[in-house]
Order: sequence, then C-alpha cells, then structure tokens
Amino acid sequence: MRSLSWRAGAGFAVGAVLLFGVAPFALSDFRLSLLAKYLCLAMVAVGIGLAWGRGGLLTLGQGVFFGLGGYAMAMHMKLADAGPGEMPDFMQLYGQLDALPWWWRPFANPAFALPATVLLPMLVAFLLGSLVFRRRVRGAYFAILSQALAAAMAILLIGQQGTTGGTNGLTDFQGFFGYDLDDPVNQRMVYFIVAGVLLLLLAIARQLMRSRYGELLVAVRDSEERVRFLGYNPANVKLVAYVTAAGMAGLAGALFVPAVGIINPALIGIVPSIEFVIGVAVGGRASLLGPVLGAVAVAWAKTTLSEEFPAAWTYLQGLLFVLVVAFLPGGLASVVRLLRRRRRPPPDPAPVSPAPVVAQEVTA
Amino acid sequence: MSGTGLVVRDLRVVFDGFAAVDGVDLEVAPGDIRFLIGPNGAGKTTLVDAVTGLVKATGSARFGDEELLGRPVHRIARMGVGRTFQTATVFEELTVLQNLDIAAGAGRGALTLLRRRRSVPAAVSAALETIGLAALRDLPAGSLAHGQKQWLEIGMLLVQDVKLLLLDEPVAGMSHDERDATGELLRVVSADRTVVVIEHDMDFMRNFANTVTVLHAGKVLSQGTVAQVQADPAVQQVYLGVG
Amino acid sequence: MTVIVSQLFTGVSIGAVLLLIALGLSLTFGQMGVINMAHGEFIMAGAYTVYVLQKVITGAGWSLLVALPLAFAVAGAMGVLLEFLLIRRLYARPLDTLLVTWGVSLILQQLARDIFGAPNVQTRAPDALTGNIKITDDLVLSNNRLFILALALLAVVALTLVLRFSSLGRRIRAVVQNRDLAAVSGIPTGRVDRLTFLIGSGLAGVAGVALTLLGPIGPTMGTNVIIDAFLVVVAGGIGHLKGSVIVAFALGTLQSLVEYSTTVSVAKVGVFVAIVAFLQWRPQGLFTLRTRSLA
Repeated sequence: MRSLSWRAGAGFAVGAVLLFGVAPFALSDFRLSLLAKYLCLAMVAVGIGLAWGRGGLLTLGQGVFFGLGGYAMAMHMKLADAGPGEMPDFMQLYGQLDALPWWWRPFANPAFALPATVLLPMLVAFLLGSLVFRRRVRGAYFAILSQALAAAMAILLIGQQGTTGGTNGLTDFQGFFGYDLDDPVNQRMVYFIVAGVLLLLLAIARQLMRSRYGELLVAVRDSEERVRFLGYNPANVKLVAYVTAAGMAGLAGALFVPAVGIINPALIGIVPSIEFVIGVAVGGRASLLGPVLGAVAVAWAKTTLSEEFPAAWTYLQGLLFVLVVAFLPGGLASVVRLLRRRRRPPPDPAPVSPAPVVAQEVTA
Repeated sequence: MSGTGLVVRDLRVVFDGFAAVDGVDLEVAPGDIRFLIGPNGAGKTTLVDAVTGLVKATGSARFGDEELLGRPVHRIARMGVGRTFQTATVFEELTVLQNLDIAAGAGRGALTLLRRRRSVPAAVSAALETIGLAALRDLPAGSLAHGQKQWLEIGMLLVQDVKLLLLDEPVAGMSHDERDATGELLRVVSADRTVVVIEHDMDFMRNFANTVTVLHAGKVLSQGTVAQVQADPAVQQVYLGVG
Repeated sequence: MTVIVSQLFTGVSIGAVLLLIALGLSLTFGQMGVINMAHGEFIMAGAYTVYVLQKVITGAGWSLLVALPLAFAVAGAMGVLLEFLLIRRLYARPLDTLLVTWGVSLILQQLARDIFGAPNVQTRAPDALTGNIKITDDLVLSNNRLFILALALLAVVALTLVLRFSSLGRRIRAVVQNRDLAAVSGIPTGRVDRLTFLIGSGLAGVAGVALTLLGPIGPTMGTNVIIDAFLVVVAGGIGHLKGSVIVAFALGTLQSLVEYSTTVSVAKVGVFVAIVAFLQWRPQGLFTLRTRSLA
C-alpha cells in the first residue's frame, strides 16, 4: 500500500471508522440493514464512475451484471437452503420440473458459486465489450446497446418462470453459509462484509484511476482516435474499465442478496440500470468518492420519499436527471472542488509561450 | 534509420465513387523534409489518412520494409509512423507531462500501466526541453496556447520515437516567430527521421522545405526542389499563379 | 406454407409498428444525433390524445381522423419545447442528452399518471378497423394491422418527399451534413433544428395514435417501445431513412419467426443478439454517411 498518500490513507481511515465504528452503534438494526443495501448500490456506482466518469462509457446495463452476481449468489443460497440433492422451494411449488436444471447444479458448490458472482459478469462484459469496442461501437450506440441488454435479460428472466422464479425472482432465504439470516447478529455481520468490500473496491478504483492506466483511460475518453495514433488499441483500454465495472456490479449483486433478501427482474431491468447512473451523476461522475456518496444519498432519498409520496419522488428523480446532468455535469464533487479552489490563491495563468529550445536533440 | 523511407505506389482512395487520391506515386527519403502542397481538395490530408490507416486505400505504401496499407491504425503507429492533425488534438484534461508520458508508453506492459508514474522518463523530459514546455509540464494541455498545443503534438511524436512524421498544417494560426521556431524544430527532428508536411503557408515552405510534391485533383502534378516546382508552368497555372 | 405467410404478415405488421415509432427517431437521432429518451412519452402523448378526443368526439372513426393531425401537433409542440428548453444547450454532449431526456421522460410519465391515472385505459377503434380480411381459411389479415402498415408507408413517403423536395428538407440535410457551412450560408440552424424536432416528435404522436388500435394505453407504454425503436435506428445507420425502413421490417420478421418457434422472451433476446452480430458486420449501421471527420 505504498502508493496511498497520507491524505488518502486518512480518508480511508475516516471511512472505516464511520462504517465500522459509528454506524453500527448509531443506527438501529433496521437502519443498518438499509445502509447495507445502499452500500451495495454504491459498489455498482464505483464501477460506473470508473467506466463512465473516467472512460466515457455510459453503461446503462449495469443491472445485468448486478443481476448475474445476485442470481449466482441467490441460486447457491436457495440450493443450500434446500439441502443436498433437493430442489429449491419455488421449483417444487411451480411443479414444472422433475429435476434440477443442469445449469443450476454447479451453484450448489460454494467454490463455484462464489467466484462465479464476480467472474460470470466479467465474462459477459468481456464478450460483449470485445465485440462492440473492437468494432468501434461507441458513445450513444454503446449506451443504447447496453440498455437493450438489460431489457433483454429482464425479459428472459421473467419468461423462464419455472427455473428463475420469473417476476418474483428468488427470495425467502434462510441461511447464508450456515448462518441464520433472521438473526440480527448475522445481519450485522453481513453489513460488515458489505462495508469492507466497498472499501476494498474503492481502493481498487483509486489505484486504477491514479495509475498510468487511469491517465490512458481519460485520454481514450477525450480523443480515442488520437490514442490509436499513438500506438494503443483503445478497445483494450475500454475493455479493462468495462470488465472491472461489471465485476464490481456482480459483487454488489452477490452481497445485495443476503443483505436485502431478494433478487428479481425488477432490480436489473432498464429502469434500475439507469437509476444506478443518477447517483453517480449527482455525486460527480469523474471523482472517486462522488459516486459512492451520490448513490447512497439518492437511495436514501428514494426510500424516505417514495414510501410517503411516490409521485413526488418520481418528479424529484426526473428533476435530478435534468438539473444535475444539464447544469452541473461535474456533480457535487465539482462544487466541492470549486469551494476548495476559492480558499486557495488561484494558480498563475499560463505564461506567455517561450519558443521551443532547439539546442539539443531528443534521444529516445 | 529505416533504409528506404516512405515509398507510395499507385495509391488510390475512393469515397462513394469520387477518387480523392487517384494513383499517387511518392518517395520520401530518410532525412528529407517533404512538403505536400496543393489547392483544397487536392487529396493531401486523404493521402496522409491512407498512409496512417484512417481510410481504406488500394495500391501500396511501404515504410522501410513494411507495407502499411491494410493494417489497423495502432499497428501502423507502432511501426514508427506518427501524425498530427489540422486542429491540434491533445488530451485537454491531462497535463502536458501526462500527454507526453502516454505518447511514450505504447509498448508498456500491463503491470507498468497499473502502477503510478514514479519518475519522468528520460525521453519525456528531453522532449519537454525540445518543445520548450518544461515550465508548463503540470498545466492541463487544454490551457495551452494554440501554438504550444502544436508543439506538444510534435513532442508527443518525438517521445513516441516515430521514424516517419506526417504533419498536417503544423503552423496554421501561428505567429511569425512561432513559425520560425517550428521550422527549426522540424530541421532538428528530420536529422534521423522522414518528415512529410502538409502546408498552405508558402513562406514557410520556401524557408524549410527540402523537396516539394504538388498534388492536384488527387494526382501528383509536380515534384522536386522548391525552385523546380515554382518554375513548373503547370504548377503556376493551377496553384501558385492564383496567389 | 400458409403458416409461414401468416407469420410473415405478422412480421411485416410488427415491422410497421417498429417503423412508425422509429421514424421520428430517425430524424432526431438519425439526422441530428440527439438521443431523446422522452420520445416514448411523445408516443404516449399521441395515444392519450385519442383518449381525450374520444371524450369530445364520440364517433370512433372521426376521432381517429382528427387525432392523427392533432396528435402530431401535440407531440410536435412538446418536442419543440423540449428542444428549446434543454436539448439546444446539450448538442455537444450527446450522452448527457440521453440522461437529461430520461429525466424528462420520468416526469412526463408521472404527469400522465396524475392526470389519467396509473391503470391502462382503452380507446375505441372504428368499426371499419375491427374486422378481418380473409384470404384463405388459415390466412387472416386484420384490418387494424393493415391500416398501420398503410399509415407507416404513408409516413415514410411523406417524410421522404419533405426531406428530398421541400426547402425545409434541403435545409435539414444541409445542417446535418455541415452545420457550420449551413450557418454561414445564411441558414438559421437553430430554427431548422427546432423544425426537425417538430416533425420527428410529431411522428411519435402519430405512432401513438396507431398504438391505440393495438391495445390499451398507459403511462409506461413509451418505455416499452423506445429501446426497440432506438435499435432500429442504430442498426439502420445514422442519417439514412431507408436503413431504418429496411431494418424495421427485417427485425419485425425476425421477431415474428423466432417467436413462432420459441417464446416471446427468447425472441427479444434473439433480436438483441442479431443486432450485436449485425453491428460486427456493419458497425455504423446498414447505411453510412462517409465523412472525413476525426470523430
């Protein structure tokens, strides 16, 4: 961890104290489990911040990866609940199947299911990304394709009710690796896992953003063709960001299931996929912490408002999209940056251009 | 030094039935500074686009021993072919240093890319001096003056260690002093490189061109030294005579 | 044999609906490059125009006839307003336009819920459109689908004529091909943008009228069709009407054939896979405008 400057280290320490030291004592069990849910959504936001904020890839289909991770985890938990060789309860209820479908079977084994929650979304992102980026499908085209993927996945899940639970999704979990999920102590444990994973993902995102790769990613965002003329293949640069974001969304989905207790098509279709983006926009798409804070704030506002005033929440959400994206594209992070800059003296304006010194030649 | 320089044979680029480049033959030796001139629509930029892989072309364009046509842009770039654009394209949100560092790093491995930059590579600091932007290295490239952006682009080609430089109107919009400085810069970098310059500025051409190729309607109209080309009646008729 | 023919007809009629809803987009997205996610809500506005109109005009036939121009005007006006208030400021940021107009679409949906209620409502179809034409015992063509097919083709022809022969069409094409040059040639590009938006959004209203013939209408009806419409324009290619026409009918037929042999949900996924595969072959869509620009 040498690369962490002291300021970042301090930031992580404050975050860790808040998440591990303050929140569990200040919040009721109910509020804490809500926070766990928000933090899962924030994990998706970290990935979107990387892919969209830094890489310019407006991915409107993160629900697909969130869903893949979530369903992988949920299938494992369902099978663990049912016991060895048994079918999950909902399959017995619908009674359409005599035996477990072949593609359910491997998820009984945690050694397969756990890595699959991350690797499966990454694999799908890799396949789709290498197809579309290589053919230079980008910008709006990419956004619409990713959104269509989310729509297709939700429709597919709803259509296969017998094996996926259809609209109801997978729910009613009893245990999480042998721990009873109804026990508040275990719910608290799930919260700690979620908080720890979020910090880990933030560290990964920070390293990627500040590395040479992070600079290259911004370069690809701002002028893909120019990067190509420097000898890089921009498709690969984008692919790394896209696949990383997909892995983060998958992990988020996997933890969402024990934290919230459900995964269903309504959590992964077009609408939730684009809702992941609004938190990122509000917080500041290109910053590290902005997406996290934005996602938590928007999710909290949604819970608070939509229970009592569902109509008002929809209007507010619409207005957030309009006002933030149109008039504050840098999000709240840009306001913070502006305030910070105001307190410091302004940097010198660009000095008048000196002519190039043609004295020595470059030996590269 | 790549032995034979740039050799273009019977190059054709067709857009929807219109031949923008219509059978061009061209040879530029290493160490040469070749100016491509011609009226608008003569096919100068399209020729450079074809050589750098941006548009599809038929015929042949060899640099050294390698055929360039038919390869993807980034492969051609890695073979030592670099270019600038009419409007300076630098990465505006990155600093001058970051711009140069990216240009220097196409061959970097994954591990190097995933770490932070600990020090300034020697080639980058040398290029910063050459293009005179060392004092501005931590400024975002977007805040540079127009001429400085053009120099930054040339600097990026230097650290990229290209052997063939294709410059598309590098002095457009520059002041007289800036033009001279750019010309001197070209002389220095051409010592062990092949340089091709598209330019409309006739004074700049007279001062710094070694050889000149005049394009007209997608074909080569005339070729030779500045004096030879200027004396060519065909050239005077379609191009120089007008001005 | 008749099964195939009847599936083909279903495909063509799905294609006609796709074409109608995509036609407006092929102007605003295809010609201007604006991703307007609220386009679906303009379709919804067109549909509710019929619903409101039928409260005033009881005859279903007359109300449909009046609704067509009225829906064009209502949706067109909404489009112009949106262009003037928001999109105009965002031409340099196409992806942000997508998100902003998504927000507008959320607001419009909620407005519809507050005005007309959340449940779907049904409009009355004219008697002339409720029947069928029987070709053979197995091959029955429904009148409303034939009407939609005719309407779609009529809209394509009208739009083509406007684009190709009117002075507005020439101006639109001039602005699309070179905005700066058009501006210095004295074309008021801002007004041309607004007129393009008027026509594109107005066509969404017409599509909304057509959708009332196929089933109930509701606040979320726009969301359900908008992605398909965008896919049609993406695969058809920017700036080309004929690309959208061909792709709409091809996708409609594909969907109907896959649907016949499997299920609706598999057909949707099949269409998506087909489009990704298609873009491997033609990444810029079926037809492309060739330009030398760096972008």
